[in-house]
Amino acid sequence: MTDVQRDLAIFAPVTDRSGAIRRATDALDIADQVLHLVRAKAADAEAEVTVRHGEEALTRFASGFIHQNGAEVTRRVLLRVALDGRSAGSSMDGFDAEGLARLVDDVLEVARHRPEDPDWPGLAEAAPAAGVEHWDDATASAPPDERARRVREFVDAADGLETAGSCLTAGTRVAFANSAGQRLVGRTTVAGLSGVARTATSAGSSRDASVRLEALDGGALGRRAAAKARESADATDLEPSRYEVVLEPQCVANMLEFLFAHGFNGRAVEEGRSFVRLGEAHFDRAITLLDDATDTGQVGVAFDAEGTPKRRLEVVRAGVTSAILHTRRTARKAGTESTGHATEGSGQWGAVPSNVVVAAGDRPTSALVAQMERGLLVTDFWYTRILDPRTQVVTGLTRNGVWLVEHGRVVRPVRNLRFTQSFVEALAPGAVRGVGSERTLILDGLEAASLVPALHLASWNFTGGARG
Amino acid sequence: MYDLVTAAVEAALAAGARYADARVMETRSEWMTARNGAVDSLERRDRAGIGVRALIGSSWGFFAIPELSPAAARRAGTRAAEVARASSLVSGPGLQLAAQPSAQGSWSSTCLEDPWSVPLAERGGLLEGVTRTMLDHGADLAEASHRIWDTRKWLATSEGHRVDQHIVECGAAMNATAVGERETQRRSYPGIRGQYGTRGWELVRELDLPGNAPRIAEEARALLSAPACPALEATDLILGSEQMALQIHESVGHAVELDRILGWEAAFAGTSWLDLRQMGSLRFGSDLMTITADATLPGALGSFGYDDEGTPAHPVDIVRNGTWVGVLSGRDSAALAGIPSGGAVRADGFDRIPMVRMTNVGLLPGPHSLEEMIAATDDGVMMDTNRSWSIDDKRLNFQFGCEIGWEIRGGKRGRMLRNPTYTGISPRFWGSMDMLGNRSEWTFWGTPNCGKGEPGQVGHTGHPAVPARFRGVRVGVRG
Repeated sequence: MTDVQRDLAIFAPVTDRSGAIRRATDALDIADQVLHLVRAKAADAEAEVTVRHGEEALTRFASGFIHQNGAEVTRRVLLRVALDGRSAGSSMDGFDAEGLARLVDDVLEVARHRPEDPDWPGLAEAAPAAGVEHWDDATASAPPDERARRVREFVDAADGLETAGSCLTAGTRVAFANSAGQRLVGRTTVAGLSGVARTATSAGSSRDASVRLEALDGGALGRRAAAKARESADATDLEPSRYEVVLEPQCVANMLEFLFAHGFNGRAVEEGRSFVRLGEAHFDRAITLLDDATDTGQVGVAFDAEGTPKRRLEVVRAGVTSAILHTRRTARKAGTESTGHATEGSGQWGAVPSNVVVAAGDRPTSALVAQMERGLLVTDFWYTRILDPRTQVVTGLTRNGVWLVEHGRVVRPVRNLRFTQSFVEALAPGAVRGVGSERTLILDGLEAASLVPALHLASWNFTGGARG
Repeated sequence: MYDLVTAAVEAALAAGARYADARVMETRSEWMTARNGAVDSLERRDRAGIGVRALIGSSWGFFAIPELSPAAARRAGTRAAEVARASSLVSGPGLQLAAQPSAQGSWSSTCLEDPWSVPLAERGGLLEGVTRTMLDHGADLAEASHRIWDTRKWLATSEGHRVDQHIVECGAAMNATAVGERETQRRSYPGIRGQYGTRGWELVRELDLPGNAPRIAEEARALLSAPACPALEATDLILGSEQMALQIHESVGHAVELDRILGWEAAFAGTSWLDLRQMGSLRFGSDLMTITADATLPGALGSFGYDDEGTPAHPVDIVRNGTWVGVLSGRDSAALAGIPSGGAVRADGFDRIPMVRMTNVGLLPGPHSLEEMIAATDDGVMMDTNRSWSIDDKRLNFQFGCEIGWEIRGGKRGRMLRNPTYTGISPRFWGSMDMLGNRSEWTFWGTPNCGKGEPGQVGHTGHPAVPARFRGVRVGVRG
């Protein structure tokens, strides 16, 4: 057995302190045995267990060389119990028997001593998850040389420009079991390569992600970043004002984070902090938005942190809001069903999407630029922060390449600008002039991503230059 | 644990490393939240494992595993060296670590009241009680939380460092939200992120959450009908100490991280507008501006005995009387800059690579009181409690929003203002600071959520701060 195989192996000997010790055979077996331990201590407890294991690696480069390069074995057990509606959760790293027994004791102890949780939603009932799997064996076991090779390609393709970025690979296996009989397993790989190339006065970026490392072309990404850097060199100031814009996919993914966190999140809706009303045309007809773990271009597993199967959920159809995202807790309060959007942090944040998909349009990004009368082509957004969740007014800056476009042609690069803009208004009926046909997978962690195109928007409020 | 870290270092050396270090970290954490009168979340996490760094030539490798056994430690050391060897396929300039005498020692933070000894019912009752109070005083949504981190770590290096530490951190936060027809307003206490330190539960008791809950709820409600902060191209701006902590964190702390200055974070967190060639001569701010990075401040959130390379904690001058004089650094970045290590390298867990992080980066106090600042301002705006923060990738252009503002007219605090924001360019802004709060208003603010690095790491940083006045600032930027 190699070290890699050993690190990926499941080897937890679990005991229920009655003397029965046996070797777990896989992640689901560990979950089952933890449930068994809970039942042995508290027969009436409701319990759910998630077991995750795998290996993650990230190779970072800057100034043209690899300066940080790490890999880790991941082994994690998350346990949540409820005793007569008193719920508590805890997690631990590793699968050792003593630790698992301590975890069970600790969670039960905490649950006994905490107040009753009036909104405890109970456990997910047994239901199958979609038979989709986003997995690639070669990516799960990719050696560091494979990541270094893609970094080499990126750096060489930048042809002398200073470069920085990262290449990651991860393979994660997930098992879920609860005392209501729900038992699920899934696995996912992800690979990502992103970077910037820099001149003395500018920077350009590129990125790609996939289930397969083999799909990532370091040379192509390095050339794209370098071209953007060179084309944005010696940029000049542009008067801050309202301009029409073509926003490339990273910007669009960034906008969606705010729309989901503060808008489509069932918790925000329930608390009155959201602009979202079911059935209302908040957006332009060109916008159709889904969360779809079954999309073949996506990553992640087909069930959420509460064991609810994920499905293809149409959130906005032709501009009209058609769904609100729910965990079991927010769904209970809203009198509906969970949509499968619980994550580990949902206790604090509410429902979180993991597989956002924006329906593609009918023309390439270059055609969106060509139809702009006078506006800006923006590569990336940076450091966006919300000023008010209800109106979705957000401030942030442009980054890694901005160009002034007149009569459909790029006329010059401009220096980075600060904007202060309502994201809802920017996508309102009549505000979307085009949706790109090419989509990019933008990673959000190792098990979530957004598959998004570029957008051509009628107006964007730039409120200052980045230099003051 | 020293046996494990020593075994890991020896394995890395045997696999070809010319330098190696290993850390065992055990962390137990708790996060309890209450909402509208009931505890709605109680999460604990136990983390334990070993992380190993290996240096081959000028190339680093790191490997971590959540298992504390001699076999796992040796395997982590071997694989760290394998990763370093792969790094050498795209290698950089020669690297010598900044000299650092090997340290042997133990250090513990001071904890007067062990937070784990406070009954869960008492901790939950505190949060439930203050959220009920906020609802009673006009909040539509009332939230409160406390957090505890209890960390033990053991470090060994191939240069003979042997250091172990036990750090207890805790603190609490609460906020009230009022929902209006078109927008929401929020007030937080003690600050947007709460207040945290390397202290025990005594810190939470000192905060007096119950005594402040009615006020913030009433202020949140009042803000809904308050006039908006006027849009002014240039006015006098007084910032409270909580917002000053954010101002320091974003526009000074991150800007003086040496890894950013060297371009190591160019693709993600960004770079810095600072050029090392100007260190010692560049004007960063007015003469009143003196900033240190001091990991020895008792009870501050960024305090420790040794950083994660074994460098003993010590104060570092960052800005002295307005002149930029120092940076936050570790042994590899400091060597490239030709300076001693600043002892500012930390990892947020056994499974993360130690990197340059802020310690306690803050202002030394000045000569003025807040009352004196208000009395000396004929026409201006005062703001406090951070609400939004955005700054460019060179840490130069910022736009920050606060939860609450007040008109200042004729030397007196006037009407409450909603949605106050201000924007500026860092050295110009700091150069306009003409009044600075005194020692009686010096607060060691703790920021428990400083994000940096890939994979992301959450840093705990401290920011000594006082109120200050700035001249000619643009305020009231709106969408």
